[in-house]
Amino acid sequence: MNATNFVSRLLFSLGFVAFAIGAQAQMTINGAGATFPYPIYSKWFDEYAKVDPSVRFNYQSIGSGGGQKQILAQTVDFGASDGPMSDDNLAKAPGKLLHIPTVAGADVVTYNLQGSPTLKLDADAIAAIFLGQIKKWNDPKLTALNPGVKLPDQEIVVVHRSDGSGTTYIWTDYLSKISPEWKQKVGTNTSVNWPVGLGGKGNEGVAGQIKQTPGALGYIELIYAIQNKMPYADVKNSSGEFVKASLESTTAAMATAQIPDDFRFSITNSPGKDAYPVCGATWLLVYEQQKDAVKGKKLVEFLKWAAKDGEKMAKDLQYAPLSDNLRERVLKRVDEIKM
Amino acid sequence: MMITPAAPSLAGSIAAKMKPPSRFGDKAFEWLTLAMALAVVGLVFLVGWQLARGSSLAIQRFGFHFLTTSTWDPVAEQFGALPFIYGTVVSSLLALIIAVPLSIATAVYLTELAPVWIRQPLVSLIEMLAAIPSVILGLWGIFVMIPWLRDHPFPFLKKLFGWTPFFSGPIYGVSMLAGGIIIAIMILPIVTSVSREILRSVPNLQREAAYALGATRWEVTRIAVLSYAKKGLFGAVILGLGRALGETMAVTMVIGNTPQIAASLFAPGYTLASVIANEFTEATTDMYLQALFEIGLVLFGITILANLVAQLLLKTMTTKMTSRVAQ
Repeated sequence: MNATNFVSRLLFSLGFVAFAIGAQAQMTINGAGATFPYPIYSKWFDEYAKVDPSVRFNYQSIGSGGGQKQILAQTVDFGASDGPMSDDNLAKAPGKLLHIPTVAGADVVTYNLQGSPTLKLDADAIAAIFLGQIKKWNDPKLTALNPGVKLPDQEIVVVHRSDGSGTTYIWTDYLSKISPEWKQKVGTNTSVNWPVGLGGKGNEGVAGQIKQTPGALGYIELIYAIQNKMPYADVKNSSGEFVKASLESTTAAMATAQIPDDFRFSITNSPGKDAYPVCGATWLLVYEQQKDAVKGKKLVEFLKWAAKDGEKMAKDLQYAPLSDNLRERVLKRVDEIKM
Repeated sequence: MMITPAAPSLAGSIAAKMKPPSRFGDKAFEWLTLAMALAVVGLVFLVGWQLARGSSLAIQRFGFHFLTTSTWDPVAEQFGALPFIYGTVVSSLLALIIAVPLSIATAVYLTELAPVWIRQPLVSLIEMLAAIPSVILGLWGIFVMIPWLRDHPFPFLKKLFGWTPFFSGPIYGVSMLAGGIIIAIMILPIVTSVSREILRSVPNLQREAAYALGATRWEVTRIAVLSYAKKGLFGAVILGLGRALGETMAVTMVIGNTPQIAASLFAPGYTLASVIANEFTEATTDMYLQALFEIGLVLFGITILANLVAQLLLKTMTTKMTSRVAQ
């Protein structure tokens, strides 16, 4: 009795192993990195499984730092990062690494004021608030920008992200561009040494803290403000226009920004009438010379599909798609990947 | 085989011919347990060694300054851990100050005073508190505890004690004190359960002896139970401290994450565990990662140090107690 039991178990496990081997015949392409684009990437991988059932993507959203580290160590087939790689890190790569921009997002300035008015802010005011120079809501600078709004005699409680994030990268990149003082004192990074303010963990932490604290002000991702029905300020761009943050004004910023050949660009404070000034892209990182020809070919096919068809799904998930001119350049770059 | 009739003289010779009982099982068991015990010690050393290896560059570059400076600037790659060390120690101590009296009082009630029918439900409820995931507690902290603290107890404390530096300055809600309170909630179940077990193990003879001397219920609890269980209760507190030092998620959500050293408990702070959780995933430069590893090493060191100090305290406490008995 025991013997039959054993045999049936053995057969069962053998069958299981055979099944697992069968599944292995399907190719798996591994990636790791940024958390910000994770929702759209997983949507892409899902949809792409219908286009090409022979490849399966395995993406781990471990953060941009991890994404850069793993692609440098070649433990994944592609990396993903919310900020472009630094020259130092690129120098460590065993081959030429390409930056492939995929989608973009915007940061908005949100706040907790009685009646939730839509404020107007300019670069000087934002920098002064985050440097701790404007401390009260009824500061002359703020009242001058918002003639119709009655601002209270209340302390501004600045809230920022405490965890390292692409959102912070975009935010500090903007501040560094518009304020020499910020650039010199603080700089651009996924997390920085903040002159003032409280730290909240994640978009939900910052949004929660702002909602709970009267007089609070901070930056969060645009999607997050929309979902939580939080007010956000129109920001004056470099052409002197007050622009509302939206997917369109983010794509507009990409269309007018100076984009260098290696795609390590920043679209904050972009020129152009309709460009929202506080936004940024996210990138996939792939080697120009692919080691595994079969895998490399599949990866290139996917990247092309993403740029052509994948981009159309961006808006539904509240990401700004690439501008047309940039998309053409990306497609050309993907063609240069060698097997 | 031939079976010889058992004769008394033969029994001895058979016993002599028989092999002595095998000691192999005993030995194997001893080795096995020794290996297990060594593995645990080895694991501790391995963790320490890995942390030290991962942070060797940062240790070389910043040296002792890492522990004594307060700037944490990933852009300029200037790293000092002092505000984090301060935050970890202060928030943990606050948690102990809040949680220990509560826990021990609860344990005393449960073992000495409570009617029997209420004991089990209460114990289950307290243990359920331990099952709440840290992140859930943190969200509750942001959305429920913080606004309440900010509007009611904090202004009250400020009115009463605002003249001391500890309760001065603006009230944001998120603060060192809020961090301490949330840790207190998290360590309450473990300190209570362990204290309860210890009080339950106090022999009834102790209580009966005290009653026989005419002690009141309070005196029995104080003289016969608490004093007898002192050592064990201290152990329970240390267990709580160990957990408090490493608490991460919930603390991060309510402490304000500002690396500063402020006397006021209303000011935001930061802890060692929080900064690792916050910044590790997006750290891209080597020195930044190394500095975060060193933060881990410092936390590791503080935990070990706290345990060593506790052992020493326990030792002096025991010798004091025995010398009093000798008198």
